Amino acid sequence: MRKVAIIGAGCSKFGARNDVTISELAFEAVKPSLEDAGLAAADMEFVALGSVGAGAWYEELLPAVVISEYCGMTKAGLVRCEAACASGSAAFFTAYSAIASGQAEIAMALGAEKMREIDSATAMEWIGRAGYYFWEFHNFGVTFPAYYALYASAHMAKYGTTEEDLALVAVKNHKYASMNPIAHLRNRVTVEDVLSSMVIAYPLKLFDCCPLTDGASSLILASEEKVKELKIDTPIWVAGIGYSSGTANMSKRSDFVGLEASVLASQRAYKAAGVTANQVEDAEVHDCFTIAEIMAYEDIGLCKKGEGVKLLREGQTEIGGKIPVNVDGGLKAKGHPIGTTGCAMIYELTKQLREEAVEKTRQVPFKNYIALAHNVGGTGHYCYVTILKR
Amino acid sequence: MSMPSIKSRKIDIVHEIPISKSLKFWEGLKEGKIYATKCKACGKIFFPPNTDCPECLNTDLEWIELSNEAEIETFTHVVIRPTTFQQNKPYTVAIGKLKEDVKVLAWLTGFKLSEIKVGMKVKLVAKTSMEGNPTYEFVSLQQ
Repeated sequence: MRKVAIIGAGCSKFGARNDVTISELAFEAVKPSLEDAGLAAADMEFVALGSVGAGAWYEELLPAVVISEYCGMTKAGLVRCEAACASGSAAFFTAYSAIASGQAEIAMALGAEKMREIDSATAMEWIGRAGYYFWEFHNFGVTFPAYYALYASAHMAKYGTTEEDLALVAVKNHKYASMNPIAHLRNRVTVEDVLSSMVIAYPLKLFDCCPLTDGASSLILASEEKVKELKIDTPIWVAGIGYSSGTANMSKRSDFVGLEASVLASQRAYKAAGVTANQVEDAEVHDCFTIAEIMAYEDIGLCKKGEGVKLLREGQTEIGGKIPVNVDGGLKAKGHPIGTTGCAMIYELTKQLREEAVEKTRQVPFKNYIALAHNVGGTGHYCYVTILKR
Repeated sequence: MSMPSIKSRKIDIVHEIPISKSLKFWEGLKEGKIYATKCKACGKIFFPPNTDCPECLNTDLEWIELSNEAEIETFTHVVIRPTTFQQNKPYTVAIGKLKEDVKVLAWLTGFKLSEIKVGMKVKLVAKTSMEGNPTYEFVSLQQ
């Protein structure tokens, strides 16, 4: 396999973007990524799009062609990737593979999602249906907050995790989002704010949940030969990618205190990259709900099983701690445009590894320049872990 | 602060989901029975009931009636409900493990939220939903 680097990165403003269509939103990410790489749209040989809501929460059924035409990439090889909330990472893996295999020299991984063209109860309906419609939604109406609440109840019963612990994730991630100009929710919150917010699905409350966010993110990938030819000064190398999946039925999981797909995907990624968890200096983990961030610490080996809350309570996942996590605000506060998230995580890590964090207050200090993106799809249905190195 | 927009054309979508192969299960619920499937070749039990065996690729499975005592492994109480459950009151969803070593996700009824604990024993019963559809629920052992 050939070496592959990220040579361009772009991200739109996240939020309620009812001012733009899916194509216009994607353009806001594509343009800066091309300018960053010093390339033209027509230079893209292959484009992989992560987007989930096509025809459901926004109107276009074939967003890849619509966006590709709008952004000037018609004639490139083109595909839309679906891995639920990990679709962005699946698109990244697809673009990476096109280059690693020798099929292409330059490719784009793009994430674009619009979630706010429909009312929020219907958005909750669509996303809830994306578990296993027939066996878990049709008769039982399990929403996504409810799925993660099932994990929270089990984790609380087994490890003594409390609702206050869950709130600490929101407090941390809102703090970093307040420093990130592209984040959706830039307000700071306190433990009390979280605890007193409306119950969505017990024990999860409004501030335990990520918002419904519109956003796009674009990454340009290139072969080692192209990196040299283009004289890219700070390429960010893809050190390794790991992936796995879980059962469609939540009821078929062996337990409800972690995601087996995360464990397997991270182990594969560490092996592929030849690094260990304790060498990672900046992590983006999938915090769609506060409990998900705590489980991620444990599942990807930042700590032992059951010790995630200890890491959190001690502030070890803040800048200055053992391993900063989600210092862009995470899905929780930067926002979670479902199909975009994987690309947005890798965008953030690329900026961090280049030491170009927009606000210096949230620049992570690096020694080994190793960063990790952990992106889960569904209730642990899919998982991709991507390790980057400068 | 609504932005200028054009409304898309409205459509109603209803899928007709085939149940020919799982008919015994849905008919069983109407008779108060909850069936799983068991592979006649490898003995693996499936709930929800697969009608093909992914373990050994056998397509000859038998229907077995499940025992009804379950131990709650986790639960949630859904307050904010999706569009098609707006007519329902908030509901409790639980996952329970049966002695056949299969787990079931279903509503848990008849308890106050504060009474529900991980590890508690409940009974799995066939029911008819508010809309008149066959379904199944966890209820108190006394029921």
